[in-house]
Amino acid sequence: MGVIFQKSKKGRRGVTVPGWFKDVKEEIPSAMMRTGLETVEAGEVDVVRHYTALSQMNFGVDSGMYPLGSCTMKYNPKINEKTASLEGFANLHPLAGEEMSQGALRVMHELAGYLCVISGMDAFSLAPAAGAHGELAGVMVIKKYFQERKEDRKVILIPDTAHGTNPASVAMCGFEVKEVPSTKEGDVDMEALAQMVDGSTAAMMLTSPNTLGLFDRNIHKIADLLHAKGALFYCDGANLNAVMGKARVKDMGFDLMHINLHKTFSTPHGGGGPGSGPLGVAQKLEKFLPVPVIARRGETFSLDYDRPDSIGRIHSFYGNFLVFLKAYTYIRMLGPEGVREAGENAVLNANYLLARLKEHYNLPIDRICKHEFVLSDQDMPHGVTTNDIAKRILDYGYHAPTVYFPLLVHGAIMIEPTETESLETLDAFVETMIRIRKEAESDPELVKGAPQTTPVKRVDAVGAARKPVLKWEE
Amino acid sequence: MSSIPEGIKYTKDHEWARLEGDFVVTCGITDHAQEMLTDIVFVELPEKGDEVKQGQQIAVVESVKAVSDVYAPVGGRVVDVNMKLEDSPELLNSDPYGEGWIFKIEMSSKEELDELMDEKAYAEHLESGD
Repeated sequence: MGVIFQKSKKGRRGVTVPGWFKDVKEEIPSAMMRTGLETVEAGEVDVVRHYTALSQMNFGVDSGMYPLGSCTMKYNPKINEKTASLEGFANLHPLAGEEMSQGALRVMHELAGYLCVISGMDAFSLAPAAGAHGELAGVMVIKKYFQERKEDRKVILIPDTAHGTNPASVAMCGFEVKEVPSTKEGDVDMEALAQMVDGSTAAMMLTSPNTLGLFDRNIHKIADLLHAKGALFYCDGANLNAVMGKARVKDMGFDLMHINLHKTFSTPHGGGGPGSGPLGVAQKLEKFLPVPVIARRGETFSLDYDRPDSIGRIHSFYGNFLVFLKAYTYIRMLGPEGVREAGENAVLNANYLLARLKEHYNLPIDRICKHEFVLSDQDMPHGVTTNDIAKRILDYGYHAPTVYFPLLVHGAIMIEPTETESLETLDAFVETMIRIRKEAESDPELVKGAPQTTPVKRVDAVGAARKPVLKWEE
Repeated sequence: MSSIPEGIKYTKDHEWARLEGDFVVTCGITDHAQEMLTDIVFVELPEKGDEVKQGQQIAVVESVKAVSDVYAPVGGRVVDVNMKLEDSPELLNSDPYGEGWIFKIEMSSKEELDELMDEKAYAEHLESGD
C-alpha cells in the first residue's frame, strides 16, 4: 500500500490557518532554513485513510487467537478501558496533591494489597514500569540487602531457560551471572545447583512456572539450598497466570518477585500500551522498596518518601497509573474465585492443546504443563522448520506462537493459549496445526513459501539485519 | 554432518582454537555452531589488549534466531580481532575455520589448550547431542 510520503502533494494541507503558510518562510532567517528534510503534505482525509488502512492490517488479540508463548496475550476486557478513561482519573494531574488524589491513592494501595494476597508477599511497590524494570529494581534491592549486611556477594544464578532480561538486570547492577543447567525433564539440575551455591551467591532468579511452561518439582529444595547459604530467591513472575489464586509464590520459598500487570492482569501490551512490573518483597526486604510507597492512616492515603533505606526513586511520579486502574478493575471484576478460575482455565487450555498436538508434533518434554508448552520441529518432514510453520500459521488468521525460545529446545514452538479462548477456538487452532503438518508432508514448498495471504509476504530477515534500510527513499 | 577439521582444539560450547606459533591461538566458532545459529547478522568483538580467563565470555554472535555468547577457549591477552566481521558477519557462516576467525589470544598457560577436546572427542561430544 506504500508509505505516507508517496501520498504527498506539494502545497496540500490538512488544516489551513488563514495567512500563516503564505509568509512563514519569509520570517525564518535563510541561514536557518534546512533542505533535504521533506515532510508529508497531504489532506486530512488522505492521512486518515492511510492510517486506517494500516490499522486494518494489524493483528491483535481483538482480531483473533494470539498464542504467543511467554507473553500471556489474554483478552483485555473493555471495562478496563472504561475505568481508565473515567474523567476523575484520566484528568488527574500527578502533582495535584494528596488531598485531591485520595481516590487514585486508594486504588494504588488496594491494588498493592491484592497483589500481596495473590503472591503471599508482604509489600509491593507499583513503581516499576515493565517486567524488566521490576527485575532491575529487585536486583537493586538484593544488592542493598547485602550491602547493609556487609556481605560481599558477587554472583547471581540464572537457569538456562531464563528470559534474556534476567542476566541483563543482573549485569546492570554489577553482579556476575552464572548459568544453571536444566535436566532433560525441564527442572533445575539440582546436582549442578548444589555445586554452584556458596557464600558468594547473592541470589538465584527463577521464572516460576519456568519458560518451558513447567512447574519446577524441586522448588522447595532449591529455596532451602539457597537460604542455607544465606542467598535470596527471586521469582520472575512473568508466568504468574498459571498459578494465580492457586498457589502463592512466597509459599514456594521466594523472597521477592515482580508481577507483569500487562500479562497476568489483562492490560494491553506489545504495541498496545505501557507495561507495569510491580515488585513484591518479603518483610525483611520491605524497607528497601523504591519510593514513594502508598501509606494509609485510617481512611487517608499518602505518598511516603521518608524511607531512609529505600533504593530510591526508579520512575518519575508513581509508575504507570492508568495500567494500575485496568489491573485493579480486572481483579475486582473477577474476585478471588474468578482469579483462581482464570488461572485454572489457562492451565486447562494449555494441557488440552498439548494433549491434542503431541499426536502430530514432536513434544520434547512430555509432562503435564502449566499455562504453556513447547513443541519442537525436530522430526518435521522435508526440512520444514519452525520458522516455516510459524509463517504458515499467519495464513490461517492466527498470530504466530513464540519461536526459537527457550534456546535449549531445538526449533522451539512455544504455545500459550491463555484462559480466554473457547473450546471451539482451541479446536480450530488444533485443526489448523494438523493441516500444516499434512501440508509439510504433501506440499512442503507451500509451507516454506508462507505466508501467502498477508499484506507483506516472507520478509528477508537476514538482509534486514545485515543491511538495514532505515530511511524511506523513492 | 558438520565439518570438524583435524589438528585444532574444540570446546564443549562449540568454539575452536588453533595454535599459531608458540603462544598465540586463533579462535572462532565451529561449523556446527554456525549451522545451529543459522545466518549470523552481527558480531560483538572483544578489544585488543583485553585480558580474559579461560571460559570467560569474550564475544557475542547474533543470528536471526538467537544471540549467543562466545567463551574464551584459553585464558590470556587478546592480541588481534577480526575487524572484517563488523561489516561481513556472514564470513562466520561461509568459512568458520578460516576467514571467519574471531580473535587471537596470547595464552598465559599452554596447559589450558591441551585440556581442550581434539577432533575425535568433539565429534563424540556432538554425537551425544549436547
